[in-house]
Parts: sequence; structure tokens; C-alpha cells
Amino acid sequence: MTVMAPYRSPLGAGRDGFAQLLHAEWTKFRTVRGWAIGMIVAVLLMVAFGLLTAGGTNSSCQEVGSSGPARHGAACGPSFTLGPAGEPVTDSFYFVRQPMAGDGTITVRVTSLTGLLPPTSTAGLSPNGPWDTRPGVQEWAKAGIIIKSGLTAGSPYAAMMVAAGHGVRMQWNYTGDTAGLPGAAGPANPRWLRLTRSGDVLTGYDSADRTHWTQVGTVTLSGLPRVVQSGLFVASPGYTQGGQHFCIGLCFPGGGGPTQATAVFDHVSGSGAVGGAWTAGYVGSPEVPGVGSYHQAAGMFTVTGQGDIAPIPAGHGGAADSALIVSEFLIGTFAGLIALGVVAAMFITAEYRRSLIRVTFAASPRRGRVLAAKAVVVAAVSFVAGVAGAAVALLTGTAITHARGYYLYPVSGATEVKVIAGTGLFAAVAAAGALAVGAIVRRGAAAVAIVIVAIAVPMFLAISRAVPLGAADWLLRVTPAAGIALQQAYPEYGQVTGYSYTPQSGYYPLPGWAGFLVLCGWTAVALGVAAYLLRRRDA
Amino acid sequence: MTQAGGSDPITPSITPASSITSTTRTPPTWGGVPDALHAEWTKLRTLASTWWLLAAAIALTVAVSAAVAAAFQCSGGPAACAPAVTGGDPAKISLTGVDLGQVIVALLAVLAIGGEYSTGMIRLTLAATPRRLTMLAAKTITVAGWALVAGLVAVAGSLLAGRLILPGRGLSAANGYVVPSLANGPDLRAFGGAVLYLALIALLALGVTTAVRDSGVAIGLVLGLLYLFPLAAAVIPDQDLSRHLQQIAPMSAGLDVQATVGVSSLPLTPWQGLGVVALWAVGALLLGALVLRLRDA
Repeated sequence: MTVMAPYRSPLGAGRDGFAQLLHAEWTKFRTVRGWAIGMIVAVLLMVAFGLLTAGGTNSSCQEVGSSGPARHGAACGPSFTLGPAGEPVTDSFYFVRQPMAGDGTITVRVTSLTGLLPPTSTAGLSPNGPWDTRPGVQEWAKAGIIIKSGLTAGSPYAAMMVAAGHGVRMQWNYTGDTAGLPGAAGPANPRWLRLTRSGDVLTGYDSADRTHWTQVGTVTLSGLPRVVQSGLFVASPGYTQGGQHFCIGLCFPGGGGPTQATAVFDHVSGSGAVGGAWTAGYVGSPEVPGVGSYHQAAGMFTVTGQGDIAPIPAGHGGAADSALIVSEFLIGTFAGLIALGVVAAMFITAEYRRSLIRVTFAASPRRGRVLAAKAVVVAAVSFVAGVAGAAVALLTGTAITHARGYYLYPVSGATEVKVIAGTGLFAAVAAAGALAVGAIVRRGAAAVAIVIVAIAVPMFLAISRAVPLGAADWLLRVTPAAGIALQQAYPEYGQVTGYSYTPQSGYYPLPGWAGFLVLCGWTAVALGVAAYLLRRRDA
Repeated sequence: MTQAGGSDPITPSITPASSITSTTRTPPTWGGVPDALHAEWTKLRTLASTWWLLAAAIALTVAVSAAVAAAFQCSGGPAACAPAVTGGDPAKISLTGVDLGQVIVALLAVLAIGGEYSTGMIRLTLAATPRRLTMLAAKTITVAGWALVAGLVAVAGSLLAGRLILPGRGLSAANGYVVPSLANGPDLRAFGGAVLYLALIALLALGVTTAVRDSGVAIGLVLGLLYLFPLAAAVIPDQDLSRHLQQIAPMSAGLDVQATVGVSSLPLTPWQGLGVVALWAVGALLLGALVLRLRDA
């Protein structure tokens, strides 16, 4: 019996490194024509669905712009007011004002904020009939002092106010909102408010006793004219009853309607160039004609008004219903993900079907590393496909919308980049998960079905109103579909009520990073189980 | 059939047998479908996955229906929970599980022929049943029968879940709802239609798989076809386009048959909706038959 010397590869050390494995897997991927086609199909599907939305807008645009600034070349301008940043806003409030020239300060004490709400039942409410009411104040009814560049709805402003249910706030240019002193204002609990203009810089202060002042916020309103309008204002937004948590399929609006608020101000004082008589009236127009009044006696101002000074959240069902949103251009993401999921799952199940997996494991016996290399290849390719699809869909959708003269909710360039990169990350991690499922079940059809059920079906159930809204939110929190949160392009506003932030309107229940972490968690678990099973089972 | 069979060592012993068959039993009764049917049924019956998928389809459908029914809660009394306020449709809610159960039904149909292509079994099948359309007809009948049984049990379970759960969740007779019951005409149509819908989805999946001949791609295509159109329809702002999509998409149209509330505002009448799914299924089967006839296996 002879002792044989063990075989030693003539190749140098390091030839079986991860880089070589990656190269091998990349070679396998790029040389299968069907997988390249699958990737191209994924991108095309994302773009096609985006074009379907952007190109198919006809009837959503019926009213021609009325109160908003004129938009040149617009075939169908927005029927809502646009704010300084070009975003839809509500700007309707009762304003007791004086012109203010140059720098100055206005100080006031708010001693009461009360109001009227619509009846609990919609039965007695008719648009033209008597306005049936009950005492109560809307939580975002607001009263305070404002400095505004002009009387045009949508013009820049900064304001210090008492909100009925949210304490003292400083708000500016519709979207800005900072909290001051908490608690409701009342005779026993008055609030002092001060607003100072110095050039383009406006600073708000609040105080409970007129001696100790706290700065709430400071903002710069660039381009403010020398003469601005300053004074007292009252607004009270419409009231929406209950949520839509029971709403399925057909949805009927619950109770709700216009409200009004009345505030009592005293110790009104101004420094700087404030002077002359007070003028009162609406900026914008009230919901109910005739609501809005002001009464001055012995230095005490009693002001009643309705309306709101606030942003209109993106999406449908709100006042800017006809506006398009960018998430509509991205609905093809799920179509793309299905194509990517098929390719990613089959990247390993096809090896099992053709028994190529045995060659693969013979060449690279460390199975965990094979899985890792495959996951990296699939994720990288899917990232590129996701970014390409989202970028083309978003940019062509935006271009078509603008070319046809429709109004698109504005998004910043940074948001566009975030949404496009987010789609790439969503695609990459989802594809890695699909690969892991393929490694676990080893059959293409079952793997693809599982991936689609995990990613596309929760979104379908949530968006098609097949399940109650509360349950829909949970579906988009706990399933891999949570990754869609990376596509949220518009902020939610805490100072706006009566609007439900739904997936149809591009709002998702988790913040982007949290949704992404949920998706990553699922993929990590799937990869872990796949790695374990690869080692334990025969190939 | 491929030419590879000619070099098979057992071919000589088969040739005389088949020539005898062709002289004594021509033409085969019903185009040979009963025999092929028996063969297909034997293949389907003896696969463990068939019964696992049957159990999974039933369990998933009933579980999702029950979970969705239990997720509703309206406790405001007759005024706040009236059908006109909530828009709640007890039959449709009870059948939500079909939205998910159809995945398993489609999966079985895909595997019924896709599995044969992935293992090469299809060559043996076509050697035994050289009339390819006969084979496809037999598969169609077998898969449809399986889907009808799965659908019948799953839908019956969903109906029972709805009956038991919904009245306690505010969708009660006292609040003005019709508790799901087969004695009620629209409910019978909704539940019976759901069973037919599942069978048609199985046929659609069978046709698509016969055409593309790869299980993974086929299930991706079928589920994409089912879920993507309703997703797009829910998001597209143009109401007309959205409605057209809902009229032509197999899932949106097909599930119209489940509605018992607000039927007049649906994009299609319930039976029209089911007809659209039937058109999709027939179209897919015709495409599959064409590919089966023209291509090598």
C-alpha cells in the first residue's frame, strides 16, 4: 500500500476568494438571455405604468384656475391657491389689519378662543339652508397676530397664534409650524403673543405674563415688501367627524362641515410704523357667507372668522383633488418587482432544476458564500434596474404632466433623488429576499408565488380597500411591502386635520427608513434560513 | 414529440401494440379524452403537492376571510353603522380570502403542466397521448374540477366565517345588513360566482403556463396580471381610465361577482365581470393550445 500525496492545486492561494465567486455568479447572470430580458422587462413595466398615469389624465382636470395665480401656458391650471413655494395651500381667514411700513412689532393678549361646530348628524345640514350648529371649537381653530406680505391668498406670512387644542404656535408660509407655550388660552390663562419684523426676518415670542418672553421661532421671508399687512386674525378649519376606519369600497363621508371661532384680544399694541384705522375682512373667502365679524370696545377686540391658513396635503380627497402626485408615476414599482422577483428566485431555482447547483457547489464548497455572492449580484442588478425604472418613470411622468399643462404637486430635486434611490434599495433588498426564498423552496413557481404574496399582495389589499384602513396600515407596517415607504415624496402635516393620509395618496404608515428596515429584516431572516438549509440539505 | 424517442430501446415492443390499438379502437371515443382524463387525474391525484395545495388554498382563503371579517368593528349603533354610512358588504367582506386563496389555486394549475415541463415528464405524457389538444383538454377538465372542489370548500368556509363573525362586528341584521346566507339570491350569486371565479383563474393559469412552459415565469405572469391592474386602477387619477382598467382586468372584473351592495355602481354587472374572466381564461387556453400544437415539447 502506497501513501499518496494529497492533491494540491497548482493555482496560488486566493483564487477561491469571494471576488472570484462574485465574478462567477455575475458571469452566470449576464450570460443567460432570459435574465437580461427579465431585467429589461422590469424597467419597461415600471416606466409603462408611470406613463399610463401621466398620459391618461383627462377628466381629472375640469376646473380652470380661479383663485390661484395665473399659470402661463397651462391648459388646465389648478383650481386651488398656491403658496410661496408653489404648493397648494388653504389661505382663508378673517383679518383685522393695518399696513405696517418697514420694521416693527405687534403685541397682543388673547384671553378667549371659543367656537361653533356643525351638528353631529349630517341630516340637518344643507349647503344653503340654515346653518345648524353646536358649541365647541375645532382643535386647529387659531387666533393671533400675523404679518403678511399682501392680501392675495397664498402670499407669504408669519404668524403667532393660539390654537384651540395645540397651545401657542408660530407658523409661517403655510408649511412651517413650531410649538410655543402649551395649554388652551382662556380668561384665567391668557396668552401674550409678539411678532417682530426686522428686514426680512420675523421673530415670534410668547409669554404667560407679559414680563417673561420666550422666543418661539424666527424665520426669513425673502422678498417681503416694505409695506406689509399686519394685525389680528381668526381662522377655524372645517370639521370632519370620526375617521374612515370602517370605510370599505364605497365610502360615504361622515358628518362634518364648516366651523367658526371667536377670539377676544386686548392690550393690542404696536411699535414701529403701525398706525391708522383698522380694516377688517377676509383674505380668500369664507365657506359660509356672512360668517366673520369684528367688534372693538374699550381696547378689546372680539373677532369671529372661519377658514384655515395651512398646506393642503398631497393626494386625492382633499381640496387639491385634481393635482397629480409623483407616487402615481411610480405605481409600476410593483410590476417591476414581480419581474425582478421572478429573475431573482430563478437565479437559484434554475440551478436546482438543471442540477447546475452541484457543479456550483463542487467549484465552491462553501455554500453560504455562494448564496452571499448570488445575493450581491442579484441585489446590485436589481438596484440598477430599480433606479433606472424609477428615474425614467418619474422624469418622463413629470415632463409629460408639465407639457400637458396639468398641475403636479411640487417635489424638490433632493426628494426626487431620495425617491429614486429608495426605489433602487427597495428593489435590491426585495430581490435578495426573493433569491433566499428560491434557495429555501428550490422550486421556481412556489418561490415566485411566495415573493408576490409577500410584496405585491399586501400593497394590493391595502390600496384596494379590501380590508379596513387600520388593518391596511398594519399590512404596510409588518410585511415586506413596508419597503414602499421609501417612495413617500410628500410630508404629512400635523397642523392639518380632516385629511386621511392613505397609500392611494402616496402616504405610508412607516417612515421611509423604518419601512426599509422591516424589509431588510425579512430578507435577512430569509437569507439566514436559506444559508442554514443550504448547508444542511443535499444539493 | 421529439425524434429522441426513435432510438429508445423499448420502441420496437411499443410499435406493434400501438398499431393494434389504432386498428381496433378507431376513432377513440370522445377523441380519447376519457382515457387522457383518467391519466391526468391519476397524475394529479398521486402527487402529494396536490393535496397540500388543496388544504392550503382552503385554509388560506378561510383564514383571511375570517381575519378580515374580524378586523371590522362598528359599534355606533344603527345610525352610525347603517349600510349607507359604512358601505359594508357582508358577502364581499366574507369573501376577501378569495383575493389570496386564488394564488394557491393558480399555483396548482401552473404546476399541473409547468411541473411536467421542468422535469421532462411532458415528453412521456405526449408519447402516451400524442393528440396534444386531447391532453390539454384532459388537463383543463382535471384542473377545473380540482379548483371547483377547492373553491367550493374554501368559499363555504368563508361564508360560515362571515355568518359567525360579522353580526358581532356591527354588520348585523339589526343594523340593516343581510347576514350572508345561500337562501338570499344576491348572496348565492356572490358565493357561487366566487367558486366559478377560482376555477376560471385556474384555467387562466393553465393556459398561460402551457404557452410559456416555465412555472416560475408563468406564476409571475398570472399573478402580475391579477394584482397589478387593480393596483394601477386604485392609483390612476383619471376616473374613466381607472374604470376601463377595472372592466378589462381579470381580477377587478371577476370580483364584481362578489358584490351584493352598490351593484349598480360597479364598472360591470356581476355576471359580465365573471364573463370577462372567462374570456381571459379561454384566450389563455387558446394561446396555450396554439403554442402546444406548434412547438416541440
